[in-house]
Amino acid sequence: MKSYALFQKDINSELRTRYAVNSLAMFVIVAISVILFSIGNEKISENLTGGLYWVVIFFSAMSGLARAFVSEEERGTTLTLQLIASPSTVFTGKLIFNLILVFAMNSVITLLYAALFDEFVIKNFLLFFITFVVGNIGLAVSSTVIAAIIAKAGSKGTLYPVLSFPILLPLILTSVQLTLFAMDGTRFGEAIFELAIIVCYDIIMISASYMLFDFIWKD
Amino acid sequence: MSNYSVRADALLKTFGRRLIFNNLSFEFKKNGIFGIAGANGSGKSTLIKIIAGLISPTRGSIIHTNEGKVIDSEHLHNYIGFVSPYLILYDEFTAWENLSYFAKIRGVKFDEERIKFLFYRFSLQTRKDDYVKAYSSGMKQRLKFIFALMHKPVLLIFDEPTSNLDDEGKAVVYEMIKEEGGKNIVIVASNEKTDISLCPEIIVLENYKE
Ligand SMILES: Nc1ncnc2c1ncn2[C@@H]1O[C@H](COP(=O)(O)OP(=O)(O)OP(=O)(O)O)[C@@H](O)[C@H]1O
Ligand SMILES: [Mg+2]
Repeated sequence: MKSYALFQKDINSELRTRYAVNSLAMFVIVAISVILFSIGNEKISENLTGGLYWVVIFFSAMSGLARAFVSEEERGTTLTLQLIASPSTVFTGKLIFNLILVFAMNSVITLLYAALFDEFVIKNFLLFFITFVVGNIGLAVSSTVIAAIIAKAGSKGTLYPVLSFPILLPLILTSVQLTLFAMDGTRFGEAIFELAIIVCYDIIMISASYMLFDFIWKD
Repeated sequence: MSNYSVRADALLKTFGRRLIFNNLSFEFKKNGIFGIAGANGSGKSTLIKIIAGLISPTRGSIIHTNEGKVIDSEHLHNYIGFVSPYLILYDEFTAWENLSYFAKIRGVKFDEERIKFLFYRFSLQTRKDDYVKAYSSGMKQRLKFIFALMHKPVLLIFDEPTSNLDDEGKAVVYEMIKEEGGKNIVIVASNEKTDISLCPEIIVLENYKE
């Protein structure tokens, strides 16, 4: 309940300032247009479409999700949060916010993608859906904890891509693979290994984040 | 009278190679006004943040107990009311919205009667629905006191309590400090002689530099 209240505060703040949503929307539109223009009339392979799909998701996530903690640190309200909430409340609140943002953003990206790219055809829809859900959870959790680290490190935006790349690499690679499977129409049983990896990734990131966050949050 | 106590044992704090204070021990119990004095840069704010659990001491320990039970760091924040120049409220919300979010995030009841009374006491009642962005620095300072007092904390920590306040504001704050000091623990860190003169017990940080 407390973290939900924090989430409400963030949503309201976002509605008034539009900081994360604006930068996200700009990024998604620019990235997809650039891809469209550079492809032109050429036919591109399925592999490339699936890969580019995650490239757009990865970089959009970076441009928007770091806001969660950086905006508090920039405005100097971190101390206020520390005075009213325990670390786990703060982390859960910020995580809910980023989850909503990731799911909204990626649904839009997916719809745009399906509408604009003829090659983006999903044959195993259930597999794609599960990949989408567990992949987005992993993305939200890791970006939230990375955002907390860079906000504290004081180097703001620049460190984010550098730090998030190695942490997100296993997630991205597996998600790309699973998306390709879904586009090929691979049966569920053959994708079980990749699914297991991504579920484990989520579980590990969630537990590690909660354990680490106490240390990150209080210097 | 509260049954709260704060005990510090041989606190040491360094930033890099700079020693801020060493071998600092004290115990604040039940009620009273306790002062922390020292020149600029002597470590008043640092000590206050350590007491509030916002940063950790390099060595030594700080223990909060209520009714004889030790309070763990997960729950400490709801016992504390804190005012300082580096505390910042949310610009994009009104004063009232700020406080109502804080109550919800704290998980305590938003006691409208009490908040209204506090707004009245700090002479902000006509401005409670203004955005914090539009507040003057003295008004922000008054609002911070409402923020610190709204959940009836038993440990009040004030860093430079009278900064930016006019004479009327100072008078309200002094009166409030005396009143709270009668039942709760109030810690005041300041360079103002009048602030420090409220405190029967004073820690002078210059005495803990080696
Ligand atoms: N995060 C930090 N990193 C490095 N040094 C710090 C940090 N915070 C404080 N210091 C140093 O610790 C010392 C004490 O700082 P502090 O803010 O506690 O002083 P103060 O007594 O509150 O001073 P003032 O009267 O100006 O408010 C100063 O020398 C300051 O430079
Ligand atoms: Mg200070």
